[in-house]
Amino acid sequence: MLLRYFFILIVLLPLKAFALIEVDITRGNLNPLPVAVSPLSIDEESRESFKKILKKENIGSEIAIVVENNLKQSGLFNPLNKDAFLQKPDIANLKPRFEDWNLIKAQALITGKVTFVDKKLRVEFRLWDVLAGKEMMALAFTTVPSNWRRVGHIITDKVYERLTGETGYFDTRIIYVAEEGLKTNRIKKLAIMDQDGFNNKFLTLGNELVLTPRFSPTNQMVTYLSYFKNLPRVYLLDIETGMQEVVGDFPGMTFAPRFSPDGKKIIMSFAKDGNSDIYTMDLENRIVERITNHPSIDTSPSFSPDGKFITFNSDRSGYQQIYVMNSNGKNVKRITFGNGLYGTPVWSPRGDLIAFTKLHKGKFYIGVMRTDGTGERLLTENFYQEAPSWSPNGRVLIFYRETKTNSKGEGFSAKLWSIDLTGYNEKMVETMTDASDPSWSSLLNN
Amino acid sequence: MNLSKILKNGILVLIASLVLSACATQKKTTTGQIQSDVYTGSDSVEYLASGVPDRVFFATNETVLTTASRETLRKQAGWLRKNSKFSVVLEGHADERGTREYNLALGERRANSAKDYLMTYGISSDRISVLSYGKERPVDSGSNPLAWSKNRRSVTVKAN
Repeated sequence: MLLRYFFILIVLLPLKAFALIEVDITRGNLNPLPVAVSPLSIDEESRESFKKILKKENIGSEIAIVVENNLKQSGLFNPLNKDAFLQKPDIANLKPRFEDWNLIKAQALITGKVTFVDKKLRVEFRLWDVLAGKEMMALAFTTVPSNWRRVGHIITDKVYERLTGETGYFDTRIIYVAEEGLKTNRIKKLAIMDQDGFNNKFLTLGNELVLTPRFSPTNQMVTYLSYFKNLPRVYLLDIETGMQEVVGDFPGMTFAPRFSPDGKKIIMSFAKDGNSDIYTMDLENRIVERITNHPSIDTSPSFSPDGKFITFNSDRSGYQQIYVMNSNGKNVKRITFGNGLYGTPVWSPRGDLIAFTKLHKGKFYIGVMRTDGTGERLLTENFYQEAPSWSPNGRVLIFYRETKTNSKGEGFSAKLWSIDLTGYNEKMVETMTDASDPSWSSLLNN
Repeated sequence: MNLSKILKNGILVLIASLVLSACATQKKTTTGQIQSDVYTGSDSVEYLASGVPDRVFFATNETVLTTASRETLRKQAGWLRKNSKFSVVLEGHADERGTREYNLALGERRANSAKDYLMTYGISSDRISVLSYGKERPVDSGSNPLAWSKNRRSVTVKAN
């Protein structure tokens, strides 16, 4: 997880100040920008070396495919078919013939070069404005060859950043619960994968029920609920070492954990005698603080990114609604008053919105609203879906959806889905097994 | 009896029969297994001992015990008094129509509402532990009101 230190980033040339093309990400994907991703050029010797190490025929083309898929998935870009490309990758990277790229209606062009240097993977890439006939960006990375997919993600992040003006979300991972088996006795394992579904790894064996994993801000730790020995408790897992520990010493179920934005505390619910309240535990000094004290169910807490506020779910009004309070538990305010039940509030990393699940007239919605509860927008409706998690730039939500079974109780499945904040670009996220409870990491190379 | 009276009575009879048939159809749709949103059938029910059902059912989002639930729990309390060597785990469950985390809390609350009732009948809290599964362990995998009503439950399980 601490792979970020393995990347050396060099700016090849000063960035040009004026970009003629830009992508407006606030209006959905009605007009995705046509972009040409040229296969990264590679010399014969480097190609052979990488082929031996990575078992890939041409790593330059492979990295370009990663970039292309990312851009396509975002819904903001339309990567053009390579068969139409006229210019060879090596020449395109030196000096693109803009008329050729213009001819196939590309507005932006990505080129690059891969070399094998000191057993390392060196990648340079350039972003060109085809209409203006100008270079917009040129960067180079050096890393260990096995990081090649991440190079593709970092290139995408840089391109996305340059063209949209916002930070990207491609060099990230998703932690989730992999599911299999009968609906009445699901086997659940913690799993982690790259944002695009590659490099999937299972982190637990499925011997005990596990739920709701969430990343620490640095992505090194995960907090989750485990039914180990039939005692449902919040756990902490170090992804690198595999070390696990119970969080705190509570005489009952702890659940719904998340990290504080500084990574120093876990916030969670503790259920005792039929009452669930919100607590925090400091991971350094182990001091436990009670944040809410109310005979209702208080759960699903989530900090604001500045750590000053907490949004949570409570049925103190008689039904599940969303509340906001100061991080010390003072000044509790109900923010949802619409029809239906509201749950799983989660504060946007930009701080301006809260995403939630809503249940109304037998349908489940994923929505967003301002942090005072105004401006509610429902993004998607379905038979069952819940638990949105934000991309680190606050532009995309990932959540899970379950299918309705037939009259015999057959046909159950659970899958991850993502949707743009605008409500456009709803897509299923491919996973090896059924999946639920996704949580998006922050940018790995930050 | 004049004609108008005959007609009036005839209409009354007609109305009465309409009401009756309406009742009959309503009964049919629930097949007597759900009353006021609470499961009253015996499909998934197991027994701690002869005549002692192991579970009680709840209405949507509710943790209140029905009259029938209290009767079941009184039988369980009687059985626990006679079998003092047994401890029990009360497993609380919710249906799939709620968010996962809230349902964990709801399951815990349901199991505790059963526990509190057992305690009022003299069963020591030392012999009762509580475990919520939220919506994780449905007994019926259906996505319909009858299946959901069976899944909203607290099940008393022998712990030893």
